[in-house]
Amino acid sequence: MRTLLELDHVTKRYPVGGLFSRQSIKAVNDVSFALDADKPEIFAIVGESGSGKSTMAKMMLGNEVPDAGRLVFDGTDIGTIRTRDQREAFMAKVQPVFQNPFEAFNPLTPVDAYLFATAHRFCAANDQASKERLADTALQRVGLSLAEIKGRFSHELSGGQLQRVAVARALIPSPKLIVADEPVSMVDASLRMSIVNLFRALRDELGVSIIYITHDLATAYYISDRVIIMRSGEVVESGNAREVLDNPQDPYSIALKNAVLPPDPRAAAAAIRERRTRNPPVGQMV
Amino acid sequence: MSQAMTTSRPAVQAADVLTIKDLKAYYVNDLFGVRREVRAVDGISLTVRRNEIYGIAGESSSGKTSLIKTLAGAIRPPMRVIDGSVNFDFGGEHIDVYAEPAKMRAARWKNLSYIMQGSMSVLNPVRRIKHAFYNFAFRHMGLDRTAFRARVESHLRKLGLEPNVLEAFPHQLSGGMRQRVTIALATVCEPEFIIADEPTTALDVLVQQDVLGLIKEVQERLGSSVVFVTHDMSVHAAITDRLAIMYAGRLAEEGPTQAMFDTPQHPYTAHLIASLPRIGDVSTRKSLAGKPPSLANPPSGCRFHPRCPIAIDRCTQQVPEMQPSAIGGRVACFRAGEVAVK
Repeated sequence: MRTLLELDHVTKRYPVGGLFSRQSIKAVNDVSFALDADKPEIFAIVGESGSGKSTMAKMMLGNEVPDAGRLVFDGTDIGTIRTRDQREAFMAKVQPVFQNPFEAFNPLTPVDAYLFATAHRFCAANDQASKERLADTALQRVGLSLAEIKGRFSHELSGGQLQRVAVARALIPSPKLIVADEPVSMVDASLRMSIVNLFRALRDELGVSIIYITHDLATAYYISDRVIIMRSGEVVESGNAREVLDNPQDPYSIALKNAVLPPDPRAAAAAIRERRTRNPPVGQMV
Repeated sequence: MSQAMTTSRPAVQAADVLTIKDLKAYYVNDLFGVRREVRAVDGISLTVRRNEIYGIAGESSSGKTSLIKTLAGAIRPPMRVIDGSVNFDFGGEHIDVYAEPAKMRAARWKNLSYIMQGSMSVLNPVRRIKHAFYNFAFRHMGLDRTAFRARVESHLRKLGLEPNVLEAFPHQLSGGMRQRVTIALATVCEPEFIIADEPTTALDVLVQQDVLGLIKEVQERLGSSVVFVTHDMSVHAAITDRLAIMYAGRLAEEGPTQAMFDTPQHPYTAHLIASLPRIGDVSTRKSLAGKPPSLANPPSGCRFHPRCPIAIDRCTQQVPEMQPSAIGGRVACFRAGEVAVK
């Protein structure tokens, strides 16, 4: 098997405390997995805040360097990327989609400028016509068109549309991997499914692998092929998404699964009541 | 549902705490002779009963936040109330929000309080939590400082918080703790009416359940009415007794939560419920095409018709009125009940 991305015992520590107290917390602790290059898949990383999900995303995008272990993308160790050319070649293959589309796009810049800049940088599109062609092709993929987007600012589009523009931007350099860090948590619940269905279509039609980072087990179950569940930097459970989530073994995975509110009033009210009696919250400082 | 049994206050059953009649509140810009109106709240009538949790659902920019600002009397220019009335009835005391501002000021926080969305931006980051309690609630309780402090501490204990959080700064608390502090802050005066604006949106799934459970528990203990606003239908399913769906500044449907989830009458409600993902079900969920209409220039007729799968010619011309629905609520649709569910 040819591996697209391989994480080999990756650990990341962050120093905490002052100058003299040299303590550190392990944001990611000894995580290993590999994605197959020939079989595109949606790989979900699930966990609550502070579980190290976003640190994983930063390392996969090359924005953070692991303290131990290696990340190998397409035969290159991400930690050895030094020159600008190497970096751009890497960025053309791995593209991010961020959590909040309203923060990802500058409110004073028309959103199409981001598409043109990406086309210029990664596809050597130097004239306006070829930039527009590339942008339009990518937008068509996500169910939009350049005519709808051209000259628009972020506040003129809905959260779901804007997030689709963000995905279209990521598609312009024809990446092999998209790292999506909580792509739907800031999008209205009613528009979430449009983004989630889009990821599915990208995997099936373009053969792009997607790292889908989320705290929402319901959407993870809906789209992902494989899943890892993380708690304070460690993987507590991993495997085929349906198998793991249908029948979680680890107590933390079970708690996460129970925390998903069922979309039915009777069952949901019962779930709230049960959690309330099982573990009444205790007030502690963190 | 535990009704008057658990309440500390002698509850008057089935009385309405809040009555809104044909409320219209627009953002009006009138600059250099160009008049631009954004019709955020456009002809909404509803009542909230004593001792119930009333949910308001809708997409962003559907006017949810404008509606609750208007009913709390917390509007500022350019927003203006064009028409309609908002009346509260707190245990016999009657307040018309827009006719009696002095009475409304006295009632605020004592009878009517607010749980806000971003707990970090509500609490002053450079002052200890206790100052927030003094600033918000001290004036309304009529106690001296020692008695006030004792009262706040006992209230915090009831909500599962240690009294030492009063000495903490907001950044020392986790997101869930901070949200519990804002709930404690909103309920310390034991108000009859609580507005909760997306209180769980920024929280993790595990913490979200705790916070929802806490709001439910406080509501049952005080016998208050809660208006709960969020776009997340599964949260509405978990906590609300009755539910109203807003679309583009108007109500689309209102009714008992359980009945609405079982047999939604409006196509928009049906879509919202059908699009929820469930664990154990991987069948494709459809998402509604298009985007919410601009409130400055809403579509003619029924505002949902450009996105509606069952729209007919009549929908593009006439505005549907709220009619009693088959499930004991109200619905504004010419083809109510005709939508196939699931």
